[in-house]
Amino acid sequence: MRYLLNGHSLVLDSARCHGCGRCLEVCPHGVFALADRQAVITDRAACMECGACRMNCPEDAIAVSSGVGCAVAIINGMRGGEVGCGTDCACG
Amino acid sequence: MRWGVGRMRYQVEPGLYRLGEPTPESPVLVTANYKLTVDTVRKALKGFDVWLLILDTKGVNVWCAAGKGTFGTAELVRRLELTGLAQVVTHRRLILPQLGAVGVAAHEMQRLTGFTVRYGPVLARDIPAYLHSGYRATPAMRRVPFGWKERLVLTPMELVGSWKPTLGILAALAVLHLLQHRALTPHLAGELVPVVGAVLAGGVLVPLLLPWIPGRAFALKGAIVGGLWVALAQVLLPTGLVEGLGIALVGIALTAYMAMTFTGATTFTNYAGTLLEVRWALPAILASAGAGCLLRLVAVVA
Repeated sequence: MRYLLNGHSLVLDSARCHGCGRCLEVCPHGVFALADRQAVITDRAACMECGACRMNCPEDAIAVSSGVGCAVAIINGMRGGEVGCGTDCACG
Repeated sequence: MRWGVGRMRYQVEPGLYRLGEPTPESPVLVTANYKLTVDTVRKALKGFDVWLLILDTKGVNVWCAAGKGTFGTAELVRRLELTGLAQVVTHRRLILPQLGAVGVAAHEMQRLTGFTVRYGPVLARDIPAYLHSGYRATPAMRRVPFGWKERLVLTPMELVGSWKPTLGILAALAVLHLLQHRALTPHLAGELVPVVGAVLAGGVLVPLLLPWIPGRAFALKGAIVGGLWVALAQVLLPTGLVEGLGIALVGIALTAYMAMTFTGATTFTNYAGTLLEVRWALPAILASAGAGCLLRLVAVVA
């Protein structure tokens, strides 16, 4: 399924990429592929910006601004609290 | 559990556990200390001889804990030291759940501890196939599924938080009805049923029908379903024009809001998109609810 602004902040710096394939291993939405021993973004619109690829890229070749895609957490933040789940979150 | 009852007690003591009869050469799998997660992993690993390293995620599942950082590099390093894993096994390999990758940097782990990290499948039920195939996850094992079953089990938690405000709205409507008619008439049903239905539509129907409702913003999907519902309710249980319009606006706002809160339970919404949705939808929802309340009050006075 697709949402709004999916993958807009995802940037891959090909010059730094050594093609280790970690991003393919960690991405839960199949956003990346390997071509000529280089990672490429093949399905940007599927990206939920979770940040797993950036976290696990040993060459620091990936940038993405991640955060919780949760309206309640965002509203909590707007009401002066922290952007976060609170105690009665549906997420276990 | 799915209703959130006693959820805080559902923690497992962190540490190193044996499943079956592991030897120093056996694989080490890592997971969170949410009891449902641990039970699922143990069930999937029945018949295997492996080590299970349980991190302290405060009873939260792997994905959410990784997002918060509690299932993270620092906790993994700490748990390796506390359990003395390096003395227990002869190899230097860890198998982590793929969704833990949001919080763990594999290359950092290698640098800090000498342990290499492999990410296993997203779902515990695929672990046997992953182990049998020599640590190869198929592309399907790497995807996070979000079919109607996954959406259905999430709906109880959506409703749990909403029953108190819903009862408050119903009580307020009953009071207004008394003020207007000096008695509780059968027409009250035409005011209460749309509200209850609107909450259920937003909390259950929208999550279930999510892929088929037009629009990308969840609040928009909710407003569409809510609009259809209040129109149907008005046909089945007609009320006066002004109060009917007021309740319709409140109902649409409720369904849209409930639908919007489901963003947090999905597997594909991103932060930027949700922020955009909240900025546009929240004022519209509040305006609709406010106008609805105003109309309902006008019906009492007029």
